[in-house]
Amino acid sequence: MFGLTIEQLAFIFRGAGWTIVLSLLGFVGGTLLGLPVALARASHNRGLNWLSGAFVQLIQGIPLPVIMFVVYFGISIGGYDVPALVAAGIAMTLYSSAYLGEIWRGCIQAVPKTQWEAGECLALTNTQRFVYVILPQALRIAVPPTVGFLVQIVKNTSYAVVIGFFDLTYSAKVINNSTFMPFTVFTIAALIYFAICFPMSALARRFERRLTRS
Amino acid sequence: MSYEFDFSFINDYMPDIWYGIWLSLGMTFVSIVPGFALGTGCAIGRLYGPPWVQRLVTIYVEGIRNTPLIIQVFWLFFGLAVLQIRVGPFPAAVIALVINVGAYTAEIMRAGFQSIPKGQLEAAACLALKPSQSLWSVQLPQAVERVYPALVSQFVLMMLATSIMSQISAEELTGVAYMIQSFTFRGFEVYLVIAAIYLAMACLLRLTLLGIAQVSFPRKRRLGTSL
Amino acid sequence: MNATSKINTTTASAIEASSMTNATPLVRFEGVRKSFGELEVLKGIDLEVKTGEVVALIGRSGSGKSTALRCVNGLERINAGKLTVCGRDLHNGNVDLRELRQDVGIVFQSYNLFPHLTVEQNVTLAPRKVHKIGAAEARTLAGEVLAQVGLSDKAQNYPEQLSGGQQQRVAIARSLAMRPKLILFDEVTSALDPELTGEVLRVIEKLASEGMTMMLVTHEMAFARSVADQVVFMHHGKIWETGTGDMLANPQTPELRQFVGNGL
Ligand SMILES: Nc1ncnc2c1ncn2[C@@H]1O[C@H](COP(=O)(O)OP(=O)(O)O)[C@@H](O)[C@H]1O
Ligand SMILES: [Mg+2]
Repeated sequence: MFGLTIEQLAFIFRGAGWTIVLSLLGFVGGTLLGLPVALARASHNRGLNWLSGAFVQLIQGIPLPVIMFVVYFGISIGGYDVPALVAAGIAMTLYSSAYLGEIWRGCIQAVPKTQWEAGECLALTNTQRFVYVILPQALRIAVPPTVGFLVQIVKNTSYAVVIGFFDLTYSAKVINNSTFMPFTVFTIAALIYFAICFPMSALARRFERRLTRS
Repeated sequence: MSYEFDFSFINDYMPDIWYGIWLSLGMTFVSIVPGFALGTGCAIGRLYGPPWVQRLVTIYVEGIRNTPLIIQVFWLFFGLAVLQIRVGPFPAAVIALVINVGAYTAEIMRAGFQSIPKGQLEAAACLALKPSQSLWSVQLPQAVERVYPALVSQFVLMMLATSIMSQISAEELTGVAYMIQSFTFRGFEVYLVIAAIYLAMACLLRLTLLGIAQVSFPRKRRLGTSL
Repeated sequence: MNATSKINTTTASAIEASSMTNATPLVRFEGVRKSFGELEVLKGIDLEVKTGEVVALIGRSGSGKSTALRCVNGLERINAGKLTVCGRDLHNGNVDLRELRQDVGIVFQSYNLFPHLTVEQNVTLAPRKVHKIGAAEARTLAGEVLAQVGLSDKAQNYPEQLSGGQQQRVAIARSLAMRPKLILFDEVTSALDPELTGEVLRVIEKLASEGMTMMLVTHEMAFARSVADQVVFMHHGKIWETGTGDMLANPQTPELRQFVGNGL
């Protein structure tokens, strides 16, 4: 098919499977670490605020491939031979948490101040106010940009190719090296990425429109 | 476990590191202006162009934004090679960056144009300005001013993205790092140093672009409002 | 006639305008109709504006005043009837709107100044781009029209540094800089605090005394009465009553009586 054998196509799709696996790892890890980052960024505790801010600035100022390398070599100095999936998963977690943390901080702070004050009138504690008043509203605002960021995660897993992680980009490169049909091979790879990303982009836009309308 | 950090490679490989920095920044600065021009042109085409232009721009923008840069780079670089078109890694990298950042810029600028109040366009039309004059003198400056922070972030991201260009053997900073670690086996230290350098470059680029804004948006400078 | 006798001005446009014969009015509505979808907003308007004349359009919100005004410079296209402006038939489709708008200026309620340009650049943008005048000439022109609105000292300021009244005067100067034969004003003081309204009205008054032809939509009844040669009361998309300023003191229809009762 398209001048490729079934085996070669299957190889590419196997890579696509690992792209999805790494994306999920990155999103789950990014959420687990990103939530505390967002809370720390939005908190009024000076130390926490500064620390989380520095973390975000740090991660956002370093290219993801370099983060991949740092994690990869960082783990291996302990003498461990780690699978690339683990190194890539940790790197994606760090990367996603910085961006998600920043996105969610914006969502928390986008809830109008009056809502905090309203909570105060109801004699709720700070935590209660946050959980029952602010969080539900922030979550609603957070859906469109979070879905939008999922697209970034999927695309950026392709950088794991630098540490030799077997994903869609890697498998496409391998097949190209043996077939010398770059247009065919990379167009197929691009179409697979597109098929994963575009629906999410469209969904994010739909959510966003719905939110601005309400 | 005990690990002895060894940063002595910095001295030995300083010229290579400088060369890598030079190449990374070079790619970035060369791509900014054409990338911005392409993106702005596409934004205008998508807003005001005939239907076929709008459709074409939409396909381009969505196609680029929903696929990884690295696949675009491979497609272009290995594709050109198969077509027997000889393009060096550096020009190929710049072309890929321009095409890539153009799509993102198109979306940013489209939002910028759309955020301009309708009264501005009406006022321009009522002063007998041609649509092109209104676009150039009234809309474009206001659109850029409104989305400038987003543009700066986009170009910083583009600078960081140059770090994959060593995949097509454009030996930018990350490529230099790979070379150094393969000789010294000090991968962790090498990439820590490289990470710090990228951090500094990101700050530098951000400051430079904000400085350019200070010069080119006299209103903001005069009023002292921050961008 | 009174239009010619009023001219005692130095503005080029007014001199040019005065040379036109009074027989051909600058603006003539004949049975003009305009609909937005199902909604008919202008239901057969007949109106003439002679050179040098000041016409005030008054009426309740939604009565079609803005629409009538916007038809005159082609911002809205009429559906039926005849509309002639500065010798151009706007009802026949192929009128050059850019040419028309060089003759017809408009000032909006919301100023719509260009925020990224200084006052001087705001005023000279169109003359430079459309009339292709040079930098030196533009500077002189800006000086002239800003003096006309009493803002000579604000040439280098940006709009957001000015009060609402000053911004609106800049908008008037921007219109004047095109040397129009006619200026349209659509509720230009409605967004202003009462204390700033006066400074804008005085500028318009001065333009009137210099012989500028103007159509203005206003809620300032006292002003309409003192400045306008012709007052037009619109109601439900029709011209309900028309006359000189004194008509407001002596309304003939119950609708105008009620309107004036509320307005004064
Ligand atoms: N662009 C438009 N599209 C649809 N309806 C309009 C539009 N402009 C004005 N209208 C309607 O036409 C009527 C007259 O409006 P307008 O001329 O602005 O009245 P006025 O200036 O006297 O308040 C109103 O009912 C208004 O809602
Ligand atoms: Mg109105």
